[in-house]
This record gives sequence, structure tokens and C-alpha cells, in this order.
Amino acid sequence: MPRVLIVAEHDGGRLNVSTARCVSCARALNEAELTIAVCAADPGAVAAQAAQLAGVTRVLAVANPANTHALAAVLAPQIVALAGPYTHVLGPSTTFGKDLMARVAGLLGAPQVSDIMGIESPSRFRRPIYAGNAILTVEAEAGVKVVGTVRMASFEAAGGGGSAPIEKVALSVELPAHTRFISVSAAKTDRPDLLTAARVVSGGRALGSAEGFKILYSLADKLGAAVGASRAAVDAGYAPNEMQVGQTGKIIAPELYVAVGISGAIQHLTGIKDARTIVAINKDGEAPIFEVADFGLVGDLFQIIPELEKLV
Amino acid sequence: MKRILVGIKRVVDFNVRIRVRPDGSGVVTDGVKMSVNPFDEIALEEALRIKERGGAAEVIVATVGPADTQQQLRSALAMGADRALHVQADGVIEPLVAARALLKLVEREQPFLVILGKQAIDDDNGQTGQVLAALWNRPQATYASRLEILGDTTARVTREVDAGLETLEVDLPAVITTDLRLNEPRYVKLPDIMKAKKKPLETLTLAALGVEQRQQLKLARFEPPPQRQKGIRVKDAAELVAQLKKKGIL
Ligand SMILES: Cc1cc2nc3c(=O)[nH]c(=O)nc-3n(C[C@H](O)[C@H](O)[C@H](O)COP(=O)(O)OP(=O)(O)OC[C@H]3O[C@@H](n4cnc5c(N)ncnc54)[C@H](O)[C@@H]3O)c2cc1C
Ligand SMILES: Nc1ncnc2c1ncn2[C@@H]1O[C@H](COP(=O)(O)O)[C@@H](O)[C@H]1O
Repeated sequence: MPRVLIVAEHDGGRLNVSTARCVSCARALNEAELTIAVCAADPGAVAAQAAQLAGVTRVLAVANPANTHALAAVLAPQIVALAGPYTHVLGPSTTFGKDLMARVAGLLGAPQVSDIMGIESPSRFRRPIYAGNAILTVEAEAGVKVVGTVRMASFEAAGGGGSAPIEKVALSVELPAHTRFISVSAAKTDRPDLLTAARVVSGGRALGSAEGFKILYSLADKLGAAVGASRAAVDAGYAPNEMQVGQTGKIIAPELYVAVGISGAIQHLTGIKDARTIVAINKDGEAPIFEVADFGLVGDLFQIIPELEKLV
Repeated sequence: MKRILVGIKRVVDFNVRIRVRPDGSGVVTDGVKMSVNPFDEIALEEALRIKERGGAAEVIVATVGPADTQQQLRSALAMGADRALHVQADGVIEPLVAARALLKLVEREQPFLVILGKQAIDDDNGQTGQVLAALWNRPQATYASRLEILGDTTARVTREVDAGLETLEVDLPAVITTDLRLNEPRYVKLPDIMKAKKKPLETLTLAALGVEQRQQLKLARFEPPPQRQKGIRVKDAAELVAQLKKKGIL
């Protein structure tokens, strides 16, 4: 019977919703046991949030000042020390989880299934490859521990209402000092988080400048939407890197995705495949984005976006 | 000698629209254009720039793969790498196997820096750098968009993370994986392609390195992704808003 260990993602005080999505993935394994590991300087608050997720058997709280910032090299040996009894060790397919879980897999000598999008059995998993142009089913060798990262757009967040016991765990593992956190710069914004927003407005190269992007922020604010960008827009400096949507950026599944001045390269489309409704605004009627759009509008964005803003 | 080791993977070119074989046994690769994984070109470019600034004496490129991958090693030599190591292996090479082989090369060449791509655009695994760093018991700085070498002992790396940009300091040697904004790789000039033919390319085998080609994940089935239904065209912003309202989205 599967026994699943999930590595919690958090900022020291709040559990990231990515963990609740991992819980849904774990439950699709028909697990016999579902444990969440919270490694933090002071894990109390985060562990309490994790304990409330529906279906969780127990929460392991690992306190260590070395866990103040999430460093893969520091976290991985702790996860490995906890992993012994588990058949599956899961983390989110976010930059936190992708960075960490492969290091865990390396230490365990275990195979990793990246970007799990579906579960066929405890040893058979579906995942996208080639920028989502193919779906691969992999089957793990019998008896091996499986490490996995969970594709966020494929699983809903598990609900609350649980009350799992929290166990404090003291680990005696040596932690490396060779990696040191210096700083993080995150733009302060009141807009919803791109990864979880119900509505997203994204801009491409056509916006022409960081200044040009402002018309999207203004539309997004009226819609209560997050703002995303194509790689071309990020490369050109019109938008910051955390806004990149696509194969090598963020994979999202909003209710509404509005692509503005984005051509629709496969690397971009793989990031939005799971959006419920896609709107494309592009002056080129032949642009590939129209092949996936539910509603396509051909025309000049600099004319259309202000009109749209007035109407919503 | 101060060396940088760069991992090179041969992949289907990013411009190719990949198709799944009708029998689900794989994707069509016959006659398809193959290239160096774009993130590995970025890795190599970074290594070359460090060398050009006087920060390294030698840039070595390495790949684990079938005989064909030598084409990509030649491209890397043409870009400016000094020599190439080809670890011959056919069939599926899982990240753990690639990392174990790269570790053997690391032990042999003693680089102060190993730079890999953050992900191969074919398998989209995104694992090998972290696995190598784990096996080597050294720091990793993934998704790098800026890399500064500070003296002989440390590097400062800015990473593209979901929240924005994170800066880490790591002791050397370390493994770095590249993100798109780290640099823009140079174009190869024709005379360099000729010169590259004379650069050393050494062929090894997994067996000779003592690495078992274990496959822990069987590739059971390949399928095309579900297609989205083609939608409708609207004539203006007003009709768009009306349609979205009708669908209950606005
Ligand atoms: C390794 C690798 C990874 C990549 N990862 C990603 C990724 O994660 N995400 C991503 O997005 N891309 C990614 N790409 C890049 C991708 O291949 C495309 O180059 C990129 O998505 C193009 O961005 P764009 O659509 O903004 O620009 P373009 O392709 O230049 O399209 C601009 C569009 O704007 C339209 N337009 C111009 N002016 C106007 C106007 N006034 N009004 C309306 N429309 C207008 C044009 O008709 C055109 O369709 C990756 C590429 C590689 C090689
Ligand atoms: N077979 C290989 N040979 C050399 N380098 C590799 C190989 N596989 C992966 N890499 C490196 O590891 C990176 C990440 O690959 P992956 O983990 O497969 O997504 C690639 O960009 C390469 O730099």
C-alpha cells in the first residue's frame, strides 16, 4: 500500500497552496498513509495549516534555524532522513520543488517522475514531454521508491477540515554550509498570484516596452486578473522573469486566459493548455494562438485593449 | 588547471513540431532536425565568457549518448569549447545515469564549475544538475540568470524563481544550471566549424567508467496530447465581452 511523504512548500509562516495540490495527487494513489513534512526555522504555524488539509494522516515538523530559507542542499538530507518508510516522496513542480526533489532523488538513488499530471496506478504515471506535445506514461520498476514533482495545473487543491496530528521530529543529519542565502527580490503586488489566479492577462513582444505593458496591468486590475508574459516579452525586459508563462516558465490553468500580442509558439501554448477559456487578441489572423483560442479577435491591441477595459 | 565542464544533450530542435508514432512507441525522430539543447548552449556560452575573462583555462564539453551525439559535441567545439568527452551509450539514459557518468568525468577532470541546462527540452525532466550536485555532495544553483565568480572559492548566483529573483552564494566547486536570461549564445562562424574538426574528442563508455545503465522508469506509452476545440472569431471588443458574459466567465 502506498505510503506518501509530501514536502511542504512555505514561506516560513504560510503554507503554499502547491502543497494542497500535492495532497490531491497523493490521494489519487489510493494511499494508505499521507504524511506532510514541514521543514522550517519555526514550523509551528505552517504545520498547523498542513494538518488541516483533508486526507492527511500526520504532519512531521522539523525545526532548524538552517531552514530559515529554503535551500535544496540543506533540505534534501533532511527529507532523505525522513523518507525511509515511504513508497513515494512528492513535492510541487514549482521552482522550489523542482530544485529540491531532484536533489532528494539523487541522494536516494531513486527515479524521479517530473511533472506528474495523472496517476494510473501507484507505479504508473502520466507526464508531458516535448513541451506538452506528447504525453508519456512511465512505469516504475517494482519495489523502487518513487520521487515525483506534481504538475500544479493538473490537480485541484485539497480541501480543509482535517485535523492530523503534528509530530515534532529532531533529525541528526549533518547539514552543509556550502550554500548561503543572500537575498530574494520579489515585486510587491496586490494582484493575484499568477500560478493560482482564476484570470490571467498575458502580453507578448507586441507590447513593445515596459511602458506598453501598462495597458495590460490596467485591464488586469479591472478584471481582478494576474498578469503574465511570453518569453519574448521577458527577454526584452518588458516584464519580469516571474511572469513568464510556458514550457520553461509557469504552467497555469486559469478560468480565463487572455493572450495579447502573443503569437502562440508551442513553448508558450504548453503553459496554458489547461486554461478553461482562452481569448487571443492579435493583429495577424494566421497566428497559431488562434488555433487554441476559444475566442479570437483580430486587430491592433493598442486599440482593442482600451476598448475592452471600458466594457468590463 | 582551472576547468569548467559543460553538459551537452542532443535534442530534437525546438522548432520541430513533434509527432507521436501511431503505435504509441515513441515520437517520430526520423529525418527530424537535431540540435544542442538550447539551455546547454547557454551553459557553454557562460563557460566561454568566464574563460575569455581569464576566469578559466579550459572549457570541456561532455555528453552521454549514442554515436550521433558527436555532431552536437562538434557544434560545441565550434562554438569555442576546447575539448569534448563522449560517453557512448544507446537507449534510454535516465538523469541518474547521466549524472553518475558526469560525476566520473568530474572526478577525472576536477572542474571548479559544472554548468548544465536547467532542463532538456525533449524529456523536460529538469533533474540532471541537481542529481549530479547531490551525488558529488556539492552546492547547486539552479535556474541561473546571473553568475559571478568571486575569487577562487565562491560564486554568487542569481536564480529565476517563482517569486522573482533569488541570490545565493555557493562554495566552489559547484553545479550551476542555466535559465534563459543568463546570456545570449554566440553564433558559430564557418572557419570555427573547420577548426573544430581538429579539436580533441575522446570517446569513453559507461562500462569503462563503471556506470551501470539502469532504467528504473519504463516508457510504457506515448500519446498525443488532447486537442483543444477550435473556437470562434469575434469582430470587436463588444462582441468578445458579450460572448464571455454568455459563457458565464465575466
Ligand atoms: C528553450 C526555449 C524555451 C522557451 N520557453 C518559452 C516559454 O516558457 N514561454 C514562452 O512564451 N516562450 C518560450 N520560448 C520562446 C518561444 O519559442 C517564442 O519565441 C515566444 O513565445 C514568442 O513570444 P511572442 O509571442 O511574445 O513574440 P512573437 O512570436 O514575436 O509574437 C508577437 C505577436 O504579436 C502580434 N502583434 C504585433 N503587433 C501587434 C499589435 N499591435 N496588436 C496585436 N498583435 C500584434 C504579432 O502578429 C505576433 O503574433 C522558448 C524558446 C526556447 C528555444
Ligand atoms: N545524456 C546527457 N549528456 C550530457 N548532459 C546531459 C545529459 N542529459 C542531461 N544533461 C544535462 O542536464 C541538463 C538537464 O537535463 P534533464 O535533467 O534531462 O532535463 C541538460 O540541459 C544537460 O546540460
